[in-house]
Amino acid sequence: MDQEVQNSMSLANPAPPFMDGIEKMAAAVGGIGLLLLFVAAFGGDAVQHYLFLVASLGLITVGTITFSIRKYLTKEPGIKNNGVFFSSLTHRGLWGWIAGIVITGFYVLLYWAPEFLGLNEAGNSGLVGLFDPLSYFFKGQPASQWFVYGTLYTLAILAFGFKFILKYRHNKYQIIRTISVMFFQLAFAFLLPEIMANFNLPYYDLKNMWPLNYYFFYDWNINGMLNPESTLTSGQTIGLFMLIWGILMIFVISPVLTYFYGKRWYCSWVCGCGGLAETAGDSFRHLSDKSLKAWKLERWIIHLVLVFVTIMTVAVLFSYFQNNGGNVLLSKPIFTVIVVVLCLAIAGTVRANVKEIRASFEKLPIIIYAILGVIALATVIAFMTGGSNPFIINGGSLRSTYGFLIGAAFSGVVGVGFYPLMGSRVWCRFGCPMAAILGIQQKFFSRFRITTNGGQCISCGNCSTYCEMGIDVRSYAQKGQNIVRASCVGCGICAAVCPRGVLRLENGSVDIHSKTSELKAIHIAEGDIRIL
Amino acid sequence: MHIAIIGNGISGITAARFIRKLSDHRITVISAETDHFFSRTALMYIYMGHMRYQDTKPYEDWFWSKNRIDLLKDRVEKIDTAHQQLLLSKSAPLKYDKLIIATGSASNKFGWPGQDLKRVNGLYHYQDLEAMEKYSENLKRAVIVGGGLIGIEMAEMFHSRHIPVTILVREASYWNNALPLEESQMVNREILRNGIDLRLESELSEIVDDGNGEACAVITKSGERIECGYVGLTAGVHPNIDFLKNTNFEINRGILVDDNLATNIPNVYAIGDCSETRNPKPGRRALEPVWYTGRIMGETVAHNICGNSVPYDPGIWFNSAKFIDIEYQVYGDIRSKQPEEHAILYWEHTDGSKSVRIVYDKKGQFVVGFNLMGIRYRHEVCEKWIRDKTSIEEVLQNLKLANFDPETYKEHEADILKKYQEQTGKSVKLKSKRGWNPVYAFLKK
Repeated sequence: MDQEVQNSMSLANPAPPFMDGIEKMAAAVGGIGLLLLFVAAFGGDAVQHYLFLVASLGLITVGTITFSIRKYLTKEPGIKNNGVFFSSLTHRGLWGWIAGIVITGFYVLLYWAPEFLGLNEAGNSGLVGLFDPLSYFFKGQPASQWFVYGTLYTLAILAFGFKFILKYRHNKYQIIRTISVMFFQLAFAFLLPEIMANFNLPYYDLKNMWPLNYYFFYDWNINGMLNPESTLTSGQTIGLFMLIWGILMIFVISPVLTYFYGKRWYCSWVCGCGGLAETAGDSFRHLSDKSLKAWKLERWIIHLVLVFVTIMTVAVLFSYFQNNGGNVLLSKPIFTVIVVVLCLAIAGTVRANVKEIRASFEKLPIIIYAILGVIALATVIAFMTGGSNPFIINGGSLRSTYGFLIGAAFSGVVGVGFYPLMGSRVWCRFGCPMAAILGIQQKFFSRFRITTNGGQCISCGNCSTYCEMGIDVRSYAQKGQNIVRASCVGCGICAAVCPRGVLRLENGSVDIHSKTSELKAIHIAEGDIRIL
Repeated sequence: MHIAIIGNGISGITAARFIRKLSDHRITVISAETDHFFSRTALMYIYMGHMRYQDTKPYEDWFWSKNRIDLLKDRVEKIDTAHQQLLLSKSAPLKYDKLIIATGSASNKFGWPGQDLKRVNGLYHYQDLEAMEKYSENLKRAVIVGGGLIGIEMAEMFHSRHIPVTILVREASYWNNALPLEESQMVNREILRNGIDLRLESELSEIVDDGNGEACAVITKSGERIECGYVGLTAGVHPNIDFLKNTNFEINRGILVDDNLATNIPNVYAIGDCSETRNPKPGRRALEPVWYTGRIMGETVAHNICGNSVPYDPGIWFNSAKFIDIEYQVYGDIRSKQPEEHAILYWEHTDGSKSVRIVYDKKGQFVVGFNLMGIRYRHEVCEKWIRDKTSIEEVLQNLKLANFDPETYKEHEADILKKYQEQTGKSVKLKSKRGWNPVYAFLKK
């Protein structure tokens, strides 16, 4: 009734029986494991023994597994988000802020001050040094901060993936999807590249494609793939395969899979960013901003990043062909033609779907044409005049700015560091240019949709609350309108938490262009009205 | 024209929204409960910590002023029909040209001694939730009186905070006035499996005062005393129309309305839980206090007020609920005891937590109803089958069309068809597959 009483509702924090004794102990064990890493980071030579590493990673794993078993297996299977909005960790309380600051801090050091973590050409110490034994095991080389990062990242996905599977053990879709991300992270992002590094092959995550892998077309990467100084005789072939694979992913594999399944095939089944978001980030998915304001901002930012990475890549490639004369597969003229052809192809696709695109945003087609026109024209002009920088700013500067702002700060520091504050998908939703491309295709040219079940929605809000992408799923469900949003990663959690079975992720080819036009919960059709 | 709406629940708000879609009339929504519309169905999730109060609001707060729907937080004391104005508790009288009464429900109280004590509440409005929250600290046991949809929610709420719960159910099995026997027993098992103290065939006799005006125990009709710190009265609801007693409104259990949802008073309509239809359509009831009918009535009354004469037609009955972890859906004519002319196909999973019940007419062999536990079915598919009087055999052949379970989930249609064969000796083969394309083809036929 009054403000006063409503306030007391939101402050109410029924003191747990939410974490029993064993859960607390398990959390402590995991915490000690983490603490050991900190100690290593600052403990100097005293801790340089591989047993310390085993103990640390082991305790983290055991702690997480025990915690998960205790938390979920003591309850009946089913959706139990009990206490999510009461908990200090999961609802921006003290623990949430601590976690956010610590993770952000770690990322800052990782990207911009790895020497503080112990990275040293003359010999690692500290945290990086702690991981030397593991790195030697895989590839006979000392660890780098990226190896530390990759190991911890993979461990997080595996341990929290296990937790997630226990939590959703009644839901086969969630189990299979989580096993998928665990597999792709372990096999493709970690083991395979580490093993390949043994043979001096490029460190390549086969599932990481442009534009998420923004340095795929950088000169050192292309040269590394074309001329790997590998100890394998087939090294040359493998390198070439990597290059072709990367290009095929962009132009063939991804568009085809996105057509059939929507962008979920990548974003919540394969991608490493998604993998961490769904597993370790599961505890924070409800922190995403569902407001209309946030959605409007999201659409601008993510597409600006897409334009940025495209311009940057065209500039970088142009420089590459400028500097690498006739030494390569392609040449500058052919590259220029490719750029123009691609721009025309995209423009043509926009033209073919102009009505739908205009429905999204009236001026959008014109904006797209303008951007494509600028890119094509700038490239042609630079080619004809023999210049090196189609976009005035040189490729190197564009590259380093993108790498710093987007690659490091946005994707890494904010992307993961802000999990406990803004949810697990800040990068995916506001920044990832690949998400932008896949999203556009999902919206206008894919079979994917989340079907709403007639009139069954009771507007409870669980779907919107637990949507990690900040989609107001409820607003569609209560109209009985199918959800086809560019940002939807198909995690399926909305369908899982819905208490009335209103949502179903599915694919259908028969109504691709009209999959959202029906409002099934509107009871009175136009034709039923008899005007008095 | 000024349209006043008493009540900001799903009925009143749907009416407001559709009136705005169809016209430029001035709209004022009055509520004594909350400042904004929120989803009452989500109250339980606020308590359990799944959502916050603000997450249960379907529309952001700017929605109302943007759509020129005025909100007034006040209580209507009296409807002055002669002068077409509302007499309010705090504000000046509010004149209306058209009035929609959407005051919802009130929890039943059957004259139990102690039913008005502190620590005794139903679970209907926001204030009930506040009371539950207030008395939950150090709560040793809660007793819930009445085994229905709200009782099970309240039980789940307390259970989520590890507060021991006793449910007193008058009937021999949970909600068996609506659920057929097997499904009702499934609910009994589900409740017990969660360690909740389910007392079937048990009735409340009195609620004991601790001397300070607060409940401290209940006594059942069999004389047993159960110590508790909270009593939830969830033995059903009735239309919230006490303030219309002894007025010129024609009321029965609810406010009586005609086919266009108009009351006997000119320019006054009633919708949602508080209304009672004079001429319910065949197969429907005069009182249907659920979310869906409220929403449909809101839409219907808006059309009628804006000049489009549309009779209230809720279509084929449907409803859904959740019994702790078992989802429930119903489409069509399912009763606790089906009449003689109906044949029943009932399949239950060996784990005892999933079932499909298809009821069909014995003579005509056409389906009339579906009852689902733990399995999701497509609303439009079931509705079409019932509306088109599709034969049971054709339904079974195409049963996968109805399957709305998530991808990768096990499908049980083959087992259901086997059950049909065991019962009738008729062998039916599955024709369609699960998924959208075949469903689209079917619905567009």
